[in-house]
Amino acid sequence: MIPLEHFLILGAILFSIGIAVIVSRKNAIVVLMGIELILNAANINLVAFSQYDPNMLQGQLFAIFVIVLAAAESAVGLAIILRVYHYFKTTSLDRVSELKG
Amino acid sequence: MGNWVQLLFYAFAGVTVLSALSILFTRNVFYAALLLVVTFFGVAAIYVFAAADFVGVTQILVYIGGILVIMIFGIMLTNRLSGQPVTTGVYNKWSGYLTAIALFMVLFYAIIQANFASLQWVQDAQKTEPPIRATVKLIGIRTMGEFVLPFEVIAVLLLLALIGAAFLARRKK
Repeated sequence: MIPLEHFLILGAILFSIGIAVIVSRKNAIVVLMGIELILNAANINLVAFSQYDPNMLQGQLFAIFVIVLAAAESAVGLAIILRVYHYFKTTSLDRVSELKG
Repeated sequence: MGNWVQLLFYAFAGVTVLSALSILFTRNVFYAALLLVVTFFGVAAIYVFAAADFVGVTQILVYIGGILVIMIFGIMLTNRLSGQPVTTGVYNKWSGYLTAIALFMVLFYAIIQANFASLQWVQDAQKTEPPIRATVKLIGIRTMGEFVLPFEVIAVLLLLALIGAAFLARRKK
């Protein structure tokens, strides 16, 4: 059996990379990709702990619900990005700096 | 046997981390989307190593079959494709990387210090190590049993997200 810590460290690495992508990218779609990386990191932790709970499988069910939420979130997020692109003619988050609709 | 499983786990973990790092270092948005496919495949393999076969298959179906296709559509719809690669600007470069490295240090220290292997319920589970079996049937029973309320709520939420996304993305007359 692979030690639990190795799953958790892999999750921590993916989480940190996701944070770095979110902080350092200008394109809104790449920022969404960073969010997906973070959700995957959380899922790795849930699934890793779930193997010590083999009868209830609560962690795996939680992971499935997180995957469904990620799908809904990225669909709505991309719809918002499309509206922003129609209005501002750009998806660069630096140039979307106007609060007046 | 055990050695091979461990070796494969570290190979898949290495592929996952390397492709995620390449997302961080590439500026081409389309390459980032394709590297995300590799990352998601690696994470699906990691799920299988944690005895979660159904979650791994769901990961491939939903993330690679759904989310990645949506993202590539998004890239195509929000850029004027003119033969040049679609690139993204980078800002806050070093502060972002430093934040990520510092966060990773904190998490790493916490994971090492927490010493999860000494927790009571983890040790109990390790003593009665169950045979690895398919989880599909159990997940189906749980979803229709104790977890039927979250299942229904998430069904409504998916419908709302579908309607909301279609409403937001429509072209105004």
